[in-house]
Amino acid sequence: MSMPAIKAEATAVAVPTSSPIAAAPVVTMTPKQAPRAEKYAKMAREAAVRVVPPLVVLALLMLFWELVCRRTGSTLPPPSRVFADTKELIFDPFFDRGGIDKGLFWHLSASLQRVALGYSIAAVAGIALGTLVGQSVWAMRGLDPLFQVLRTIPPLAWLPLSLAAFRDGQPSAIFVIFITSVWPIIINTAVGIRNIPQDYRNVAAVVQLNPLEFFSKIMIPAAAPYIFTGLRIGIGLSWLAIVAAEMLIGGVGIGFFIWDAWNSSHISEIILALFYVGIIGFVLDRLIAGMAKVVTRGTALN
Amino acid sequence: MQAYLKLDHIDKTFTRGNATTEVLKDINLTIEKGEYVSIIGHSGCGKSTLLNIVAGLTDTTQGCVLLENREVNSPGPDRAVVFQNHSLLPWLTVYENVRLGVDKVFSSTKTRAERDAWTMHNLNLVQMAHAKDKRPSEVSGGMKQRVGIARALAMEPKVLLLDEPFGALDALTRAHLQDSVMALHQKLGNTILMITHDVDEAVLLSDRIVMMTNGPSARIGEVLEVPLARPRKRLELATNPGYLKCRQRVLEFLYERHRFVEAA
Repeated sequence: MSMPAIKAEATAVAVPTSSPIAAAPVVTMTPKQAPRAEKYAKMAREAAVRVVPPLVVLALLMLFWELVCRRTGSTLPPPSRVFADTKELIFDPFFDRGGIDKGLFWHLSASLQRVALGYSIAAVAGIALGTLVGQSVWAMRGLDPLFQVLRTIPPLAWLPLSLAAFRDGQPSAIFVIFITSVWPIIINTAVGIRNIPQDYRNVAAVVQLNPLEFFSKIMIPAAAPYIFTGLRIGIGLSWLAIVAAEMLIGGVGIGFFIWDAWNSSHISEIILALFYVGIIGFVLDRLIAGMAKVVTRGTALN
Repeated sequence: MQAYLKLDHIDKTFTRGNATTEVLKDINLTIEKGEYVSIIGHSGCGKSTLLNIVAGLTDTTQGCVLLENREVNSPGPDRAVVFQNHSLLPWLTVYENVRLGVDKVFSSTKTRAERDAWTMHNLNLVQMAHAKDKRPSEVSGGMKQRVGIARALAMEPKVLLLDEPFGALDALTRAHLQDSVMALHQKLGNTILMITHDVDEAVLLSDRIVMMTNGPSARIGEVLEVPLARPRKRLELATNPGYLKCRQRVLEFLYERHRFVEAA
């Protein structure tokens, strides 16, 4: 409930700051400042329009949760309890008491490192295989049925097999990330390559680009929107898979942190961890989407 | 008359499953250096297929294309194509689109600075130098086609192939661009083979008009010389008896003797 109050204060402060600047040209000649103040006021208004509705909804949900869980005998803690219980974790994410007793920052960074490694390998392998399947009819006939079957295997089903192969948790988790996120990247890249307009191929033929130039100058840019769709689905899936995988392999990582909290009945810590997992998943998705926007700037149909 | 580009007994049959369609039959045509030849015919008569064969983008079933007495059967910058829908690469700027071809064709004969100058020279020829850093999506349809022409010209082709280059443009832009192409032909003396379905365009621009019969098994029905002096002026030609006679001949061929029969 405190959020809207802060917001109201902020807008209340914004009004008096704009009025002296608007009055300023009468005393001193500073014509450039007035439009800038107006611009900021406009930007603040636009931001408020976007920010206020989700904050109101969030506040209402918190209130509802608080009311439902405050009763004695409730199985889940209300938000106030969650905050009180996890204050130490929230305000000191960097502590390290050895072993797995570390701050949330270290757990999240361990998980993110695994994702970064597994996902990078998946991106490179996925784009390469997708290009092969998209470009060659025989590669498609040979590999596509295999891909269609393998991609339906749930990520965690790979974990025992990879543990058997690698005999270590770390590479197994990375392998699970890889195998989870590689399929959408392969399939989307292949569709993108197959959909390159004949016109672009004709241009490449007339200019006589060699296969390497064709790959870098025509294929990758032309298929970029599709490739990024695959990459975006892939990053989402790998973040889904890492939590589950880490619950099983143990060690440092946000997935194991959640599992450990459950075993020690620290329900508030689980809720805090879920909050962080959600935020980071969202940020990862935005990151790839933002990258796609920059890279495919010129590729939109015209 | 020395044959610069020669289409020698070209047949083209498309096979899909066990159905075969004969598209072109026994096409013979010789084009002189510096000549502007148009191919006109109803849609579906295979004129684009013929252009693709000359460009090397499609194989012939029978016969061959000779350029300076050498057989050509694969695409190359010596037969640069201006595509109907401009086909500029949308992720490259106007300059980069032209430069792509320049870099490939002159990779060993021109220095980096010379290639840059040559790219700008060709953009200047089509009056597009002002938009060199724009992307294709940021310029108009006529401008895109100008860049397409610059890209083809910049490869210094022996034959310039135009595939209905003005088809997708509005009438005013089209007239403007036709004048530009005429001026370029006058200035550079390129050998040009153009596909069109516009009678006025064919008569205005061409030295000879090749009229194709309807498909399937389209062939060259008639070849008309256009005996009009160059440079030609659009407005003066409107009342020129020679122009009107040529126009009449083409119209008669297309609408009386080889009327387009709807498939239905």
